[in-house]
Amino acid sequence: MAKRKVYAVPNRCTPSSPVKFDPEICNGCNICVDICQVDVMIPNPEKGKPPIVLYPEECWYAGCCVGACPRPGSIELNHPLTQRVRWKRKATGEHFRV
Amino acid sequence: MDWIKLIQEHSIPEWPYPIRYGEETEVDADVVVLGGGIAGCWAAISAARRGVKVVLVEKGATRRSGSGGAGCDHWLNTPHPKSPITAEEVVEWELEYSGGYTNALSRYIAARESYETLLELEQMGGKIRDTEDRFKGAPFRDEETKFLFTYDYENKIHFRVWGNGFKPVLSEECNRLGVHIFDRTMATGLLTQGGSAGGRVTGAIGLNTRTGELYIFKAKAVIDCLSRHQRNWCFSTELRGNANFRPTQIVGDGHAMAWRAGAEFAMMEKSLPTSFASGNVFLPYSHGNALNTWFPCTMVDAKGREVPYVDRDGTVLKDVHERSRPASGQRFLGERTNAYQHRRPELIPDLLERIKKGEFVLPLYADLPSMPEHERKAIWGLMVGEEGKTRIPIFNYYTEAGFEPDKDLLQSYMFLGSDPMRADVRAQDRTGGEIGDAGGLVTDWNLMTNLPGLFAAGDALFAANYHYHAATTGRYAGRKAAGYAMKAQQSPVSRGQVDKEKDRVYAPLSNHGEIEWKELNAAMCRVMQNYCGEYKNEELLKLGLLWLDDLRQNESPWVCVENHHKLMRTLEVLNILTCDEMIIHASMARRASSQYLGFFRLDYPETDPPDWHKWVTVRLEQETVKAGELPIDFWKPLAENYEKYR
Repeated sequence: MAKRKVYAVPNRCTPSSPVKFDPEICNGCNICVDICQVDVMIPNPEKGKPPIVLYPEECWYAGCCVGACPRPGSIELNHPLTQRVRWKRKATGEHFRV
Repeated sequence: MDWIKLIQEHSIPEWPYPIRYGEETEVDADVVVLGGGIAGCWAAISAARRGVKVVLVEKGATRRSGSGGAGCDHWLNTPHPKSPITAEEVVEWELEYSGGYTNALSRYIAARESYETLLELEQMGGKIRDTEDRFKGAPFRDEETKFLFTYDYENKIHFRVWGNGFKPVLSEECNRLGVHIFDRTMATGLLTQGGSAGGRVTGAIGLNTRTGELYIFKAKAVIDCLSRHQRNWCFSTELRGNANFRPTQIVGDGHAMAWRAGAEFAMMEKSLPTSFASGNVFLPYSHGNALNTWFPCTMVDAKGREVPYVDRDGTVLKDVHERSRPASGQRFLGERTNAYQHRRPELIPDLLERIKKGEFVLPLYADLPSMPEHERKAIWGLMVGEEGKTRIPIFNYYTEAGFEPDKDLLQSYMFLGSDPMRADVRAQDRTGGEIGDAGGLVTDWNLMTNLPGLFAAGDALFAANYHYHAATTGRYAGRKAAGYAMKAQQSPVSRGQVDKEKDRVYAPLSNHGEIEWKELNAAMCRVMQNYCGEYKNEELLKLGLLWLDDLRQNESPWVCVENHHKLMRTLEVLNILTCDEMIIHASMARRASSQYLGFFRLDYPETDPPDWHKWVTVRLEQETVKAGELPIDFWKPLAENYEKYR
């Protein structure tokens, strides 16, 4: 812990992470960047890497980026924590949530 | 990866696109369509089919842009050979619902042409029929045509459609027809003959939001398909939720530029309190409910007790299918109305009182498992799945998280303060008409505004809404604008007008402040809440204008603009400010209160007096606001006018 590098960084905006990438699957094609009508992402400066979510708080949560992705599993939507809806299994009463 | 991680591992990234501030490109067209949403794509397709050269200017990405870009669950108000309902009756329910404050002109055009528009969409590749017979035998299916209907299974006036695929189909058709699409281009201003406001519209100026380059679009006709004002009373990126029901970047760019050019607007004074605006609600369609997309879902309480549905007369409905049939003596069911004539069955109106008495226990749940299979699959999979913002964010997301519609009860947030339809609403949390009619452009029966050469369609029109309406009016305006363009001459561009707009657009780049555009937007919202909110009077409205001008002159230069994206956002906020001013001017011009418009003047408290049952209009003339009026039924007679102009 003592060797941990510490940075002076500002707070992230809220919500901060509307989409998540799997760098093992994403090949940085940037189709998601170009389908987004709000333009919240930019291409990664390093070619072949997942895009940068530059303006996460502007996301409209339409999920068009996920829908357009040609490599399933590269990108997934991540609802804000304030938007997590619950459900109950009718037969058992067990509770779940997104 | 997010930005903070990026700079920890690397350095601050340079802007990833070419920098072309100040560069200009001239583009020639017959018809320039501003906005590539539903109305804009239909306008472009319709104009291009008439053989004219069409340019489409879209701030986002046309393939998925606009309020309907991510989908559409129902194509409403559509008379067709299998339904007994007429176009006149369709307009009637909207008039009844709104107390006359709806745009019967555009709604009638839509009702007359909606069915042929839908069939045209099918020819392009849009899916509108249950061709796989998934719903064979369902009470909402027409077995011959394989059309599916919603809300009213007897009169079949509202179609269920597979709208998630509509937008890609429309954008592909634009490409096929040779429409020149300029994506990532924010239309900022209109060009007018001789460069003066109030003249014929001869083009538009656009800003490439990635490169900063300016486009000068020269045209014989321009169609405003830029939707409506938004984010005027409330804006919260932090709370998110439904704070802006429409896409974040829909702010009223078209309203602001048409206003500056001298176009006439109506109904701008309308505002309604809505929990949509607050941001304190859930994403639309994402939780159990009994409204619209989820209609007619059975709702149960925490103990499994079913909440009854009642018809307009308060009669409890025993059977699920009765919820989608008119009451005795009722002509047909409207999509959304509180008015008696077309009111849909709904949950018992005294539900909250009965919860307080202990008869029902919170929380409530949507009981999809108890629904007949066809109904369950129509709600979960068709409606929730094809409606905008439901395929990926709700249907797929919940399915992947383990939600099973035949086993699980999705929680409702009704009465828990997070339901967009039923939560208590703070009076200052207002919108101009979030999911309903809002203020916008006045047009004639050609859908042309008072400015020759400027047409309007979709939500840019005053008192208009819905996907089917955007599509149909876009298609109509496209052919009208093409017809106009075929007869018109192109006018030389006024260099002075271009230079003036260039200065305006690039001015924020010289800002030297450290506040974000979001703070300016929030400050403007505060002004509107305080001085143009639930209660209004002349003094408050004047103070509102004073404050807004103060923000424009003295605070907007402090907004930091480091790149083209933030330049776009800043210009948007300045457009919202212009829309705020339009709203206040319209509010000053209406010297009476109106329940239908959510409009209460403390100094003119009489509500809906007959003398004021009319449209108040506002426009700029030589930098001065001119208020006017239109008869409430300026559109009469509907059929004759339509036949004359169509």
